[in-house]
Amino acid sequence: MSDGPRQADIGARLTFDLGKPGRTAFSLPPCDVPEADLPPPSLLRRELNLPELSQVELVRYFLALSRLNYSVDSGFYPLGSCTMKYNPKVHDKLACLPGFTGLHPLQPLATVQGALALMYDLQRWLVEITGLDAASLAPAAGAQGELTGIFMIKAYLADRGEEGRTRVLVPDSAHGTNPATAAMAGFEVVTVASDSQGNTDRQALASALDDGVAALMLTLPNTLGLFDPNIGRIAEMLHRKGALLYGDGANLNALLGRARFGDMGFDIVHLNMHKTFSTPHGGGGPGSGPVVAKGHLAPYLPTPVVGKDGEGFVLATPERSIGRVGSFYGHFGVLVRAYAYLRTLGAEGLRQVSDNAVINANYVLARLRPAYHLPYDRRCMHEVVFSGSRQRAKGVRTLDIAKRLIDYGFHPPTVYFPLIVDEALMIEPTETESKEALDAFCDALLAIDREAEEEPQVVKEAPHSAPIGRLDEATAARRPVLRWRREVGDGS
Amino acid sequence: MPSPSDRRYTKEHEWVRVEDKMGTVGITDYAQDQLGDIVYVDLPSVGTQVKQLEKLGEIESVKAVSDLYSPVSGELVEVNQGVNDRPELVNQSPYEEGWLVRVRLADPAELDNLLTAKQYDELIAQAQET
Amino acid sequence: MTLPYIPNTQADRQAMLAAIGVASVEELFADIPAEFRIGELGLPPALSEPELVRELSALGGRNQPVDDMPCFLGGGAYRHFIPSVVSEVIGRSEFATAYTPYQPEISQGTLQTIFEFQSMVCELTAMDVANAGMYDGASALAEACLMAAAISGRRRIALLSTVHPHHQAVVRTYAFGRGLAVDVMPPDDLALSGEHACLAVQQPNFFGYFLPDVEALERAVHAAGALFIVSADPISLGLFRPPGEYGADVVVGEGQSLGSPLNFGGPYLGLFACRQQYLRQMPGRIVGRTSDAQGRTGYVLTIQTREQHIRRERATSNICTSQQLVALAATVYLAAMGKQGLRQVAELCYHKAHYAAQRIARLPGYSLAFDGLFFKEFVMRCPQPPSEVNRALLERGIVGGLDVSQYVENGLLLCVTEMNTRDEIDRLVEALAAIGGGA
Repeated sequence: MSDGPRQADIGARLTFDLGKPGRTAFSLPPCDVPEADLPPPSLLRRELNLPELSQVELVRYFLALSRLNYSVDSGFYPLGSCTMKYNPKVHDKLACLPGFTGLHPLQPLATVQGALALMYDLQRWLVEITGLDAASLAPAAGAQGELTGIFMIKAYLADRGEEGRTRVLVPDSAHGTNPATAAMAGFEVVTVASDSQGNTDRQALASALDDGVAALMLTLPNTLGLFDPNIGRIAEMLHRKGALLYGDGANLNALLGRARFGDMGFDIVHLNMHKTFSTPHGGGGPGSGPVVAKGHLAPYLPTPVVGKDGEGFVLATPERSIGRVGSFYGHFGVLVRAYAYLRTLGAEGLRQVSDNAVINANYVLARLRPAYHLPYDRRCMHEVVFSGSRQRAKGVRTLDIAKRLIDYGFHPPTVYFPLIVDEALMIEPTETESKEALDAFCDALLAIDREAEEEPQVVKEAPHSAPIGRLDEATAARRPVLRWRREVGDGS
Repeated sequence: MPSPSDRRYTKEHEWVRVEDKMGTVGITDYAQDQLGDIVYVDLPSVGTQVKQLEKLGEIESVKAVSDLYSPVSGELVEVNQGVNDRPELVNQSPYEEGWLVRVRLADPAELDNLLTAKQYDELIAQAQET
Repeated sequence: MTLPYIPNTQADRQAMLAAIGVASVEELFADIPAEFRIGELGLPPALSEPELVRELSALGGRNQPVDDMPCFLGGGAYRHFIPSVVSEVIGRSEFATAYTPYQPEISQGTLQTIFEFQSMVCELTAMDVANAGMYDGASALAEACLMAAAISGRRRIALLSTVHPHHQAVVRTYAFGRGLAVDVMPPDDLALSGEHACLAVQQPNFFGYFLPDVEALERAVHAAGALFIVSADPISLGLFRPPGEYGADVVVGEGQSLGSPLNFGGPYLGLFACRQQYLRQMPGRIVGRTSDAQGRTGYVLTIQTREQHIRRERATSNICTSQQLVALAATVYLAAMGKQGLRQVAELCYHKAHYAAQRIARLPGYSLAFDGLFFKEFVMRCPQPPSEVNRALLERGIVGGLDVSQYVENGLLLCVTEMNTRDEIDRLVEALAAIGGGA
């Protein structure tokens, strides 16, 4: 049996394949009460097929897996509209304080006034930052925040007898969650084109805008990293037609301390704590997606919101609340980190974040534009979108460029999004990257551009130095294997 | 390579080959190439009434979903099980083993609404120029 | 003020502005109309790290964590043993500071652990496929109901009245979006029709009890052509027969008990598993096994065409970011406890809860509100309003149960887990005796 690749085949052995019957990784005290009769066997399970490992094996296994991951703590991670900024370590320490982790959501409110104070202040500061009127911290992620916001709009319109507004407008550059959210709320989705400047095409908007439109969902700056200077006019257009303006706040990092959604005419906005507010991404969560609304929508916020009465902090249900969106109050463990972040930044720090985020992205733009096609030739905000079209003409696709970046030690940017840019490369550096890191990244992309010219194979066959090569995604989808199963025979 | 002349085509890149009022339907070589590795085909059940140029089903590659349109109206009498088990047949043999459904034609005159092989080849030649 | 999280100095910025071709950073914000530019916002002044720690510790100090006292509170969030290896693993920044594994070559850590998680959820629930997790048990239940509606084309959702009230509320919120009706039915008076897409039940239910004849229920649901959805306590599945064995089409549940602290209600974890035939309608991320060109085993996000980033408005759900690190905690928990440990935890809960129930029920003025089989929670009818009882318990340094008097007269929902010692239980009994004795 060959030992080369197989020995490195970590993926072939799961916890189920390790260990031995009888090994344990835990210790529990014996039962200290008289045992009750167990129910009849017909109600009990006959076997439980979980691993049996020693603690040593378990720790080594998971640590070996962790080493296969690239993360923000490993290096530059410029995913567009994800704001992969550094996650301050002090936040981990604070979020793990027993005075926070040990709180049961249903214990008497008098015993959790510190937690409620934290949430109350965070609600207030998100209102201050966004220039709206009231916040709920309940939604579990950006997508759930969107769902909450769109449901609130739906309920608000229904109360006004305007159920006839059955359509939601979404720009062609929108993140997929936007139309998916609108559909989950029972709206028909209509796409509005972007113009040649990358802004919402106001002609297209005007033709799509009639009395059947409930709202326009806009990301600002948009997914091209561009700020639409006509935002005020767009808000006016919508409001004149009785429609509402929903804000996807994913890109708030560009506007912190500089501009507020409320001032620009947004009616309701969701925010992403795991993007703008530095909470860790966790490999795909947990995030947190608070919703902030103008006064006319505030009564529809999900329950509960944190309020104050004479005695202290309380949990309240807004008078026309759309109801609960989760079992309890939101991702408190994530909110603690966001709170700590805002206490660290203060008002002055907000501007530093947006200033540096925008400078960094424009620097990347300046360094890469000689080699990569810039579809929208203007200043970007906190992220920049290039097209790999020049390289494709040489036979090398954005996908290949992304894989080759891995060999240079970087996580690739977002690719093939937004959909309106061909062979898109969407780069968001964030403010927590140094000039040297940006230079190294740009140098790598320029080198890859040269490789595309001179030795395209090395790009097309990348990555060469990752823990594993390109994976067969077609077979994974055609003949899905989605769980471990015990091998029959010796499994060779 | 020119598209097979023994069948008709839609602008959405489906083909139909008719024998005795029985139409065999599939997608063209151009279509399978554009889609990339096909991983799943979602087709209606036998007995369904289909209409010309209305949505017949969906075809999925790893990163995209495309709607399938029926070239003809009629009753769906057979679904290619082989494509269910091995979707790659559509990539490998779009005109033969990768056929998708068989339809009993309601109105053979409908074929006049479709493109000939020559017309279809002109269409894709234009598309490739842009 | 220099923030430790922003590396670039004034000199760095000057150099970059020059490369960009502007004189100042203000020019980069030129697209923002003047009318919208703001001055400084009203946030409290910035704190240094030691000041921050002091502030947050003080805030934490204004709370009374239940870990410091004997606690008998359940109701959807539970205090279970969390082995130290869990925090060790999820504290690795390679797991915590990565994001969605869109580039599988450098995300095998995340992807392989998701595959492990899916496998374990399938084993636990005896179902065919599981996803990578959802926000929490409540939203997992809601999404299961929406899925049933999409599959069946029917417009009504049925829930048993004994499903957790907060979960019912979330189902209602989600149903509002698609204009679906929600019918809540008592277990002994089912009124299922051909309009119902599903019936959802909770095992054990909100009051801690198992359905007496779940097979009959399953038959009734399937006879009506509806999907049978079961929301299960994953710890109970260490002992009791899994819903996959009694005909569930979809199994959901709250995964907080699997290695996550109480955290004042979140982040928690939605478990979601279903039958093979519903795979393509299942929401959420799914990881599949495959290989690279060298034949090495690897894992990738798969069947992504269900999801929002591809299918957009026709997606099975809008879910994107979910609860990956919490799912990892659950995976480590289940790997650490393993075949023997989970069973032991479940048995300890069962024996201790039954011991507590027996002793309390013998006290004058107290009685068990329900007959039947319970696991780790039960409802006591108390001689006084439960709010009074809880207040008196708290004065004695004990966190009591959940006041459920709106459902059961003077009803107190008590929870006993492997974390409650006999001593604590005996103290609870003495305290309840004293309180009940008219003190």
